[in-house]
Amino acid sequence: MEFYRSHVLICGGTGCHSSGSGEVMETFKSELAKHNLENEIKLVQTGCFGLCAVGPVVIVYPEGAFYSRVKDEDVSRIVTEHLLKGRIVTDLLYHDSVHEDEAIKSLNEVEFYKKQMRLALRNCGVIDPEKIEEYIAFDGYKALGKVLLEMTPEETINLIKASGLRGRGGAGFPAGLKWEFTAKAQGDKKYVCCNADEGDPGAFMDRSILEGDPHSVLEAMTIAGYAVGADQGYIYVRAEYPIAVKRLTIAIAQAREAGLLGRNIFGTDFSFDIELRLGAGAFVCGEETALMASIEGMRGEPRPRPPFPAVKGVFGKPTLLNNVETYANIPPILLNGPEWFQSIGTEKSKGTKVFALGGKINNTGLVEVPMGTTLREIIYEIGGGIPDNKEFKAAQTGGPSGGCIPAQHLDTPIDYDSLTQIGSMMGSGGLIVMDNENCMVDIARFFLDFTVDESCGKCPPCRIGTKRMLEILERITQGKGEEGDIEKLQELGRSIKSSALCGLGQTAPNPVLSTIQYFREEYEAHIRDKRCPAGVCQALLQIIIQAELCKGCGLCIKACPVDAISGERRSPHVIDQSKCIKCGACLEKCPFKAIVKG
Amino acid sequence: MKSLKELEEIKQRTLDSVNLRQDRTGGTRVVVGMGTCGIAAGARPVLLAFLEEIKKRNLGDVTVVQTGCIGVCRLEPMVEVTLPGEEKVTYVKMTADKVKRVVAEHVVNGQVVSEFTIGAAE
Repeated sequence: MEFYRSHVLICGGTGCHSSGSGEVMETFKSELAKHNLENEIKLVQTGCFGLCAVGPVVIVYPEGAFYSRVKDEDVSRIVTEHLLKGRIVTDLLYHDSVHEDEAIKSLNEVEFYKKQMRLALRNCGVIDPEKIEEYIAFDGYKALGKVLLEMTPEETINLIKASGLRGRGGAGFPAGLKWEFTAKAQGDKKYVCCNADEGDPGAFMDRSILEGDPHSVLEAMTIAGYAVGADQGYIYVRAEYPIAVKRLTIAIAQAREAGLLGRNIFGTDFSFDIELRLGAGAFVCGEETALMASIEGMRGEPRPRPPFPAVKGVFGKPTLLNNVETYANIPPILLNGPEWFQSIGTEKSKGTKVFALGGKINNTGLVEVPMGTTLREIIYEIGGGIPDNKEFKAAQTGGPSGGCIPAQHLDTPIDYDSLTQIGSMMGSGGLIVMDNENCMVDIARFFLDFTVDESCGKCPPCRIGTKRMLEILERITQGKGEEGDIEKLQELGRSIKSSALCGLGQTAPNPVLSTIQYFREEYEAHIRDKRCPAGVCQALLQIIIQAELCKGCGLCIKACPVDAISGERRSPHVIDQSKCIKCGACLEKCPFKAIVKG
Repeated sequence: MKSLKELEEIKQRTLDSVNLRQDRTGGTRVVVGMGTCGIAAGARPVLLAFLEEIKKRNLGDVTVVQTGCIGVCRLEPMVEVTLPGEEKVTYVKMTADKVKRVVAEHVVNGQVVSEFTIGAAE
């Protein structure tokens, strides 16, 4: 057997990769060689650990030392001190991973991981995603074996139904029902597809699963193929995810080699194979009918439903389509039983959900929590709060299809239904935190700008309606808003929601409607007082000197690049608003905090 | 892949090499003193000998770690072996050959090699 006294786990997810984990890996390799440690220390490139904010992350076992922000030049210290001499380099450890007496905490004690429950992410950051044996070592493909050898397709579907698993792509449709519909549909050929076209700005959980644990998706799709009677699977993944595509390609080849894909799997007469289809990065292709059109090689445009994909999907055949995270949940459900899964989460939403934390938050990254965890726990305990202790204003969930949740709902237990009730939605799980320096009108404008850009143009409500809404919002942010604009936005929003062809259009007005619902006074301030309370909308911004605080020191006069400030020494200065370009240079220079945005 | 048994074999084969990555409480712990004194006295060949023996004997649940100076530099290389649920045993003046016996008699069979311990040396 192979035995290494120490394992060095280096995060190879996109987050850490872009902060340099590839170079760190190479340097580790050469440093280990330099000290003749290659046969004692094992280097493992894993998937995402979740704490992208402090990447590149390196964990050294058996000690469980959690090194963060590891730079190329730190590597030789870790190798010579820790790996060669056994002295942990404490100043490179993640600040929250050591006790006060400098002893190392177990990962489960670290605040970021304490409240998490990693099911879909169970293998991310633990195994080497490019080695099928490591997936198997953590019970990989056992569920597939159990299903093929011991269960009928009906039993499999009933088990998934009993677990209460709901689709993790956003809408939350019961997964077992979808499987049943596809299984019951008539057809000589059926398909199983995986939606990995993760397009929401700020969401990256599907990418991380594919990068960190690709085999879990392959295994679940094969199980689904057996359950619904399909022999061909397609994973529709964005071409913008090169690492995910690479690891999937390796995983598929390894599974074929091991006989876990292909003909007569586990010696049964069940055969199944999976191919990749790369999407060109159109947001609308995450919509199921558009996605299937794109798989067929057609233009990625949605079509009216019914017929649903379960009846008429890819190439007109019955098709099962689930999202990456949904699939990642399947093997543990089959191994641990539906009762186990039922015991996690809330009454109507079982299991866990992965959220991609972003925006004004200390621990940017990926977290997985049981359904029913409150927003407060996610943001303040796991997420480590808002930088500079600024005040929480709202959290945006569900990306361009979701809405904003204000502070009064911080303690709402999050699940599919509670989020819909407060005017947002689960969506794929992007969670963007905003503080009082974010303008809600501008946020609404940003998301609408995205959907206008991504609208495929097939149906008029989406193509024309969202464009009109965007025009109104732009007017408001430029200080040209009129009385009645808010009502117009609401009316347009409601009619787009009820008349657009697909999910993209039907949900596009959500960011606008929910910000109006909770932050109407901010819209009114823009329209009536021509003022942006958060100080974001440039056109509405005024920088003023508070006369009672100004000591007349003249520093701002020197700082101003356009000579807009004037005043005698020792008497209050004033800003000429017609010249001011709102750069804020004076604001930073003022030693008396007399200059404010307003 | 033809059977669950085949899958289980792959699992067992790999498990030993990956279970180091979990927080472990059980299992045998081998601590090699590798302060300057230990290294000068030849702790490195001792460490390597442990790894070699563990590899040879497929001992998946043994953790080998290094530590600094244990304090009795004249008796280096020193090694502490702790079996689950048992008292720590300190071996002194270790060599690669002695390691073979410690692994075979103590780590595998639970019999302390008394003649190599610090008690015998004092």
